[in-house]
Amino acid sequence: MGLNLILFYAFATLAVVTSLLVVAQSNPVHSVLLLIGSFVALAGLYVLLAAPFVAVIQIIVYAGAIMVLFLFVVMLLNAPQEDAVQAGIMESGATRALGALLALALVAELVWAVSRSGAAALGSAGEGRHSWSVTEIGVMIFQDYAFAFEATSILILVAMVGAVALAGRHLAEKKS
Amino acid sequence: MTEAGFAQLAILGFVFFMLLNSAAIMVYVERKVSAKIQQRMGPTLVGPAGMLQPLADIIKLVMKENLRPKAADKILFALAPMISAATAFAAFAVVPFGAETTFFGLLDRPVPLGIADVNVAILWVFAVTSMGVYGIVLAGWSSNSKYSMLGALRASAQMISYELSYGMALAAVLVLAGSMSLREIVDTQAGTWLGFIPRWIVFLQPIGFFIFMTAGVAETNRAPFDFPEAEQELVAGYHTEYSSMSFAMFFMAEYINMVTVSAVATNLYLGGWHGPFLPVWLGWIWFMAKLSFLLFFYVWMRWTLPRYRYDQLMAFGWKFLLPLSVINLLLTAAGVLYFGA
Repeated sequence: MGLNLILFYAFATLAVVTSLLVVAQSNPVHSVLLLIGSFVALAGLYVLLAAPFVAVIQIIVYAGAIMVLFLFVVMLLNAPQEDAVQAGIMESGATRALGALLALALVAELVWAVSRSGAAALGSAGEGRHSWSVTEIGVMIFQDYAFAFEATSILILVAMVGAVALAGRHLAEKKS
Repeated sequence: MTEAGFAQLAILGFVFFMLLNSAAIMVYVERKVSAKIQQRMGPTLVGPAGMLQPLADIIKLVMKENLRPKAADKILFALAPMISAATAFAAFAVVPFGAETTFFGLLDRPVPLGIADVNVAILWVFAVTSMGVYGIVLAGWSSNSKYSMLGALRASAQMISYELSYGMALAAVLVLAGSMSLREIVDTQAGTWLGFIPRWIVFLQPIGFFIFMTAGVAETNRAPFDFPEAEQELVAGYHTEYSSMSFAMFFMAEYINMVTVSAVATNLYLGGWHGPFLPVWLGWIWFMAKLSFLLFFYVWMRWTLPRYRYDQLMAFGWKFLLPLSVINLLLTAAGVLYFGA
């Protein structure tokens, strides 16, 4: 067994276990940390796929920036436990059945999608494919897909303005 | 194991050892320089000129009891100093500190001085420093104490704010050098302009260098931006509840981060191991000289400038440093486009 394969299974196991623990935890700060662990494990998988740039961006953007904000909010709320389960919603059999059904549907969809794209796509990943350099990715983003890129940035800007407007209205109500 | 692999391992061990030592040396330098600035003697008793004082400090820290508050989160309280120390070491993995060497003819083929040379080196340093915030934030939260918590909140706000300017200053250097590998960036700075000015990026990017060093001081939580541990307001900030070796780990992480920021600044702006008078294979002497100067500057600044007020810090970061770094990046990009790199 090659080193790459061992590393793949190590990172994959780590990603799956930490992701499961995120939802199994009742302490929100622990959940946030486990999610960071999961993101770092994903970054490891990207390195194995010969995409170091994507791996580092994954750490900077998700594990570094976004999760710090999550942690910030969770810490400021300082809730040692998640809100107690609201009686009636979780306990009814119907909601549980619906949840299980949705989970099953998701698994079925994933299995269908993976089997359709074929084992060849999975097997060849990371082997024989050339490592994407930063220059190539830059050219792709800013020349080939410039329109999509700019459109996404406008989308994010709109979301930001929306958030500020909502928070501002809340503040204005408080003042009056 | 191949010879090159063995040399690589030796360099790895050497860097680890030197980073550990650098924390001890910096503690000594800090105490001596602060003493001189305040017209005191500093440590004199342990060893010649007090040089073994850090060793005595380490022995003292090891012998102390490792306390943990009753209401602390057990796992995170233990994990936080480890995260701090681990990220401090990890950041140095991509920082080169010299040209290729054969170790005085010991090896057949020369090996580069530096652990790893990857083409996303700068981003790696940036990513690992941004992970370092977690050590501080978790230390503050898991201690379950108000001073620690306030220190941690300040730290995260401060580090998030200054990371932006830090990244923008880095981007301007990337645009100039056209590479993300620290070794390649250093090699673009070899030689001179007009025969006597070294081709260091600091001469093209004086504002960028200023932004980088200011944001670097804020990132490493050093005075005048040492709000996470402002003694007069927060007892000791995020590490109030820590003692013994777990406190030492935070302390060590702070000094190693300082060394890393200075080493990266040396590579990015001051030409790394390139300089006049010395042959390239002795370039590590230049590197050490520049690094020592920057580290001395750090200490000098701490004992010269008073601490800012917290709102001043945030206003300075967002209203002055960030716009300045954006303008710097735009001008650099325009210049590169106009003059054709």
